[in-house]
Amino acid sequence: MTEIALQTVKLVRRVQGVVTHTLVDGIDLSVAKGEFLAITGPSGSGKSSLLYLLGLLDAPTEGEVIICGQATSKLSETERADVRLTKCGFVFQFHFLLPEFTALENVLLPMRAYGRMSTKDMNERAMSLLTSLGLGDQTGKRPNQLSGGQRQRVALARALANRPEIIVADEPTGNLDTASTAQVFGILRDIADGGQTVVVVTHDAALAARADRRIHIVDGKIHETTFGGDRKPEIAAVTPAAECPS
Amino acid sequence: MATNLLLSIAWTHVTTRIRQTLVGMCGVAMGVGFTIMMAGLMQGSQIDFLRQLVDTMPHVTVGDERRSVPSQPADQEYAAVGMPNVANVNRRPGIKYPDTVMASLKSWLPGDVAPSVKTTAILNHGDARVGVSLIGIDPRLEVHVSKLGSQMLEGQLTDLSKAANGIIIGEALAEKLAVRYGNSVLLGTGGGTPVSATVVGIFKSGIKSVDEGQIYSLMSVAQTLIGQNGLVNQLRLRLSDPLIAQQVATRVEAQIGYKSVSWQEANSDLLGAFATRDFIVLTVMGAMLLSSSFATYNIISTITHEKRHDIAIMKSLGMREYSVRRIFIIESTMMGSVGILFGWLLGYLLCYGWSQIKIFNVLTGATVPLEIYYSPTHYLATGAISIFCCAVAAFFPARKATRVHPVEIIRGAS
Repeated sequence: MTEIALQTVKLVRRVQGVVTHTLVDGIDLSVAKGEFLAITGPSGSGKSSLLYLLGLLDAPTEGEVIICGQATSKLSETERADVRLTKCGFVFQFHFLLPEFTALENVLLPMRAYGRMSTKDMNERAMSLLTSLGLGDQTGKRPNQLSGGQRQRVALARALANRPEIIVADEPTGNLDTASTAQVFGILRDIADGGQTVVVVTHDAALAARADRRIHIVDGKIHETTFGGDRKPEIAAVTPAAECPS
Repeated sequence: MATNLLLSIAWTHVTTRIRQTLVGMCGVAMGVGFTIMMAGLMQGSQIDFLRQLVDTMPHVTVGDERRSVPSQPADQEYAAVGMPNVANVNRRPGIKYPDTVMASLKSWLPGDVAPSVKTTAILNHGDARVGVSLIGIDPRLEVHVSKLGSQMLEGQLTDLSKAANGIIIGEALAEKLAVRYGNSVLLGTGGGTPVSATVVGIFKSGIKSVDEGQIYSLMSVAQTLIGQNGLVNQLRLRLSDPLIAQQVATRVEAQIGYKSVSWQEANSDLLGAFATRDFIVLTVMGAMLLSSSFATYNIISTITHEKRHDIAIMKSLGMREYSVRRIFIIESTMMGSVGILFGWLLGYLLCYGWSQIKIFNVLTGATVPLEIYYSPTHYLATGAISIFCCAVAAFFPARKATRVHPVEIIRGAS
């Protein structure tokens, strides 16, 4: 039986303004544990809004987001913050590292905020994460001393720090050159292969094609779902071929 | 949330923004420093004034009157009738059995007591006639209850017994009458023949009304002028602690029945004015501390604005809103704490500087250093108020900044 890491039920997000704008319009989605899901779509289609809902950064107007079996729509802001701390890791288009802190300190931040490990263990984990992402010799540098690709890898290490179930990435390669883009995507692929669920919003169709599944969002709805060729059978089991429009 | 994480983030923020941190600290330091200086000056001058006042007068004066006029027998018998113009029962003046009373007071009094005879007299010298208050004293006991002995410019207390009808007068009165040390004057009461008296001493208390209107003689001289031998109509008390005068006066009055007036009661109008002054000073000092905390408010506002991306990312990583808010309050109290330390130093130096300045004292006519009162209370109170102001000043901008939803910042950045 394949575990479902992330599930949405009739998810709706509206923004109340002069005119009410529907960003996400009734999306039902199940993401298997260890699946690499890419969300694509034109600008303003609601793909980032969907991602923020999936990562509990934003609260839905209607519907439900279920993370690892836990319904989240009734949670308070503080409780959602706690779920984010332990179950979600974020990577954004801009690295959003704390500029005064070194790469190592930035990676330590979520672990220190969680506060369940000894200082020694936290340091070892941060070092091994950075080393595994090829940054073993950059740990003492501040973000402004690192290249764009390096910063994004530090951000990835930070997202992985608390061993979250789900990695949520919003255009993680939007500001990177081709080589760094390939590298970061490779890392995300490895993370998914390692059993963590990865949800990525991207414009890059070539990269999206490397995901297990790609959903194309238009006007807040899933317009098209495409499956990667080599997805693992246990992931395929979550979304049966019958649902697949192609 | 791990406090040392918040502390280390706060520490990093304040240490990487040295200029802003310094400005914030200076604001607090100046507020604290000036407040301490002002408190020291105000309280110093007040204490100095009170000390002179208390030194000059007895701490408690026991008279020979009752606090309320005793009711007349006619009133007691015929209350309903109402008898106008009934004169008081003729009562022999003076305190009854003064030696016994004094001995009884001395058994418990934290201080000393001396008898005196107080009357009004008229001093004649040439054409000048001045009404004065004459106090007949016992020079040997007087030194225990007043500073008169140390206020002598010429002569000394014991000289009173060296001349027949010797008197000691104030410097201002001597000038007014054009009398010098050793001169003879005529001393009289309202009726009877004036006696010749010799000025055997001149004193200066610093309080004009005393220097101009109070003279001293032996008790026997005053008793003769009044025409009542052995009369004692005033007991004057000096206490080891002037501040308990009110309690002592109440106890004395309860014990012996005569009206006992503490120096506080005698100067209640002055002390009332001091209370008003204290209130004004406290208001001004509070305003100074409050306005100094506005510097902190501004700086925390700026920092939270500059750090909105950091706030968004910390919140998106899963740090709770109040934890993030605490970072900025910690920063503010860090700045405040160091600012307070500098403020204490500044305040001390300012006080020291003022104490080096000499000013003309209208009371004594001498040029003396400004009296500064140094008190740990000033330092602790200004510190506590400042820290509180800093925390409150940081709370509002921090709350505003950390309330912002991270998505708004993240969207704005991309």
